[in-house]
Amino acid sequence: MIGVISYLVFFATTASILAIAVLGLNLQWGNTGLFNGGVVAFFGAGAYGTLILGGAAQAGHLGGYGLAYPLALLGGMIAAGLMAWIVGLLTLRLRHDYLAIATFGVAVAFENLMRNAEWLAGGAKGVRGFERPLRSALGDGFIYNLLFFLAVLLILIAVYLFLERLVASPFGRLLRAVREDEEAAASLGKSPARLRLTAFVTGSVILGLAGGLYGTFYAFVSPQDILPTLTFQIWAMLIVGGAGNNRGAIFGAFLIWGAWTASGWALSRFAPVEAQLYTGSLQFVLIGCVIVGMLMWRPQGLLPERLVVSQRGKPPSVQ
Amino acid sequence: MRFWGPRMAEPILSVRGLSKSFGTLRAVDAVSVDIARGSITGLIGPNGAGKSTLFNLLTGTLRADAGTVMLKGQDVSRAGPAALFARGMARTFQIPRPFARMSVLENLMLAPTHQAGETVAGPFLRGKAVRAQETLIRDKAMAVLDFVTLQSLADHPAGQLSGGQMKLLELARVLMGDPDLILLDEPAAGVNPVLTETLIHKIKELNGQGKTFVIIEHNMEFVMQHCAPVIALAEGRVVFEGSPAQALADPLLLDAYLGAPLDG
Repeated sequence: MIGVISYLVFFATTASILAIAVLGLNLQWGNTGLFNGGVVAFFGAGAYGTLILGGAAQAGHLGGYGLAYPLALLGGMIAAGLMAWIVGLLTLRLRHDYLAIATFGVAVAFENLMRNAEWLAGGAKGVRGFERPLRSALGDGFIYNLLFFLAVLLILIAVYLFLERLVASPFGRLLRAVREDEEAAASLGKSPARLRLTAFVTGSVILGLAGGLYGTFYAFVSPQDILPTLTFQIWAMLIVGGAGNNRGAIFGAFLIWGAWTASGWALSRFAPVEAQLYTGSLQFVLIGCVIVGMLMWRPQGLLPERLVVSQRGKPPSVQ
Repeated sequence: MRFWGPRMAEPILSVRGLSKSFGTLRAVDAVSVDIARGSITGLIGPNGAGKSTLFNLLTGTLRADAGTVMLKGQDVSRAGPAALFARGMARTFQIPRPFARMSVLENLMLAPTHQAGETVAGPFLRGKAVRAQETLIRDKAMAVLDFVTLQSLADHPAGQLSGGQMKLLELARVLMGDPDLILLDEPAAGVNPVLTETLIHKIKELNGQGKTFVIIEHNMEFVMQHCAPVIALAEGRVVFEGSPAQALADPLLLDAYLGAPLDG
């Protein structure tokens, strides 16, 4: 029994961390229409940043700054935000598919940098030996994992509330206007370029937060954690859940992560022995099919965007 | 400088030698015009005469190759669309550009400049000020929607409006910025006669309140009845400036319009 609960906690922690990432992407794509094809780079910047800033001294690469955990996590978010700011200044004039290609390239470059620059973050071996916060006080057992899950859940709720208030504000209205028609927004006195950059950086800081929590959860990060697959998984979560709807983003994260985990389990359990080598690839095929299927038959996602967000009109007064 | 004779009121918009080429095509060729404050100026000309390009130059959507634009006595030749809107010059588009997946009300509430809640931190650090401002903006938006007779559609997605309603929405949207000068690109095109009447009525009413209009329109009846003066462009150049009556009697203008084979 405890085994099942323990697994559920493990599952829910991962899903919640991914949900935070999907919320970050939702701000960029769902609300602003920025096609970030390099989600994993900003997620990775947060993970690497947190572990390097908060971890013990490492032989042969950066580390040993020993920052208090909240500061390390914040540092990871800032690292992701800084990277987004630089990438944004260079690429945000690109539209849709071109922005996607450029950011995808950034993510691949980031992964390769991390894999090859051993002096930076351990290369292919990754960053090891991270001491999880409060581990000495709480131990490594079930209680620690449960408390960690609750902390992640609280952060997820905080991010959700932050974004809900943000998209219902005049700022959110501005994001949607730029998404709908940049030229019309400019003709009404707005600065689409600055707004796109702000939204890109803010969303990437949230992606960095998710990455920092992910790295903390596993106390380890390596180039294997920032493969393009993760970008597609996070995109699938947003598309299935409903781009432009924060609740949809969270729902999609749990649903897709559940489907991913279940399909992995089912394939390893039921696939014939000679096919076992390929089950991992089959999962990728499945997630591709889910994205294509949703885009064809329900592009608005399971929980579509609400249309009246910032203010509702007063009912016409009939006298 | 003239020191004698009746002094002309300073034009609200003064254009000198404005030019724009696309490759070898001179879309706008050394255009110089003054737009009188308080007028409803009609801008006519055959397809491809450069009317919309001129609008795009005036509103900063396109950069001119040469020439100057003075708005209310200030040089705005290098200003972008956002800055020009803030300075009181607004425009609508030939093909309406509503924010389709936003409500009609939100389309309007977007427009006022310098909103306290338009930053990431604003809604959190200045919550009270933002809420107070939102209330004011919403009330104003509802009043403007009432004015353009779209009040009952406040919560509708703007993308679902009819073509004519979208034209009214665009007018309402720019009114939120309290512009002095409004450039309308074919406001009557594809609009049913009832809504066209509404639109004309609203334009006249706003004009009575002191707003200046420049209107591109192909509907000659519309221009001759409601616009004065009339400016005609052909091949990027001003070929006529005068009253509607003069326009109807001008052989060059008739040639520009009717000399070319009619299409369709």
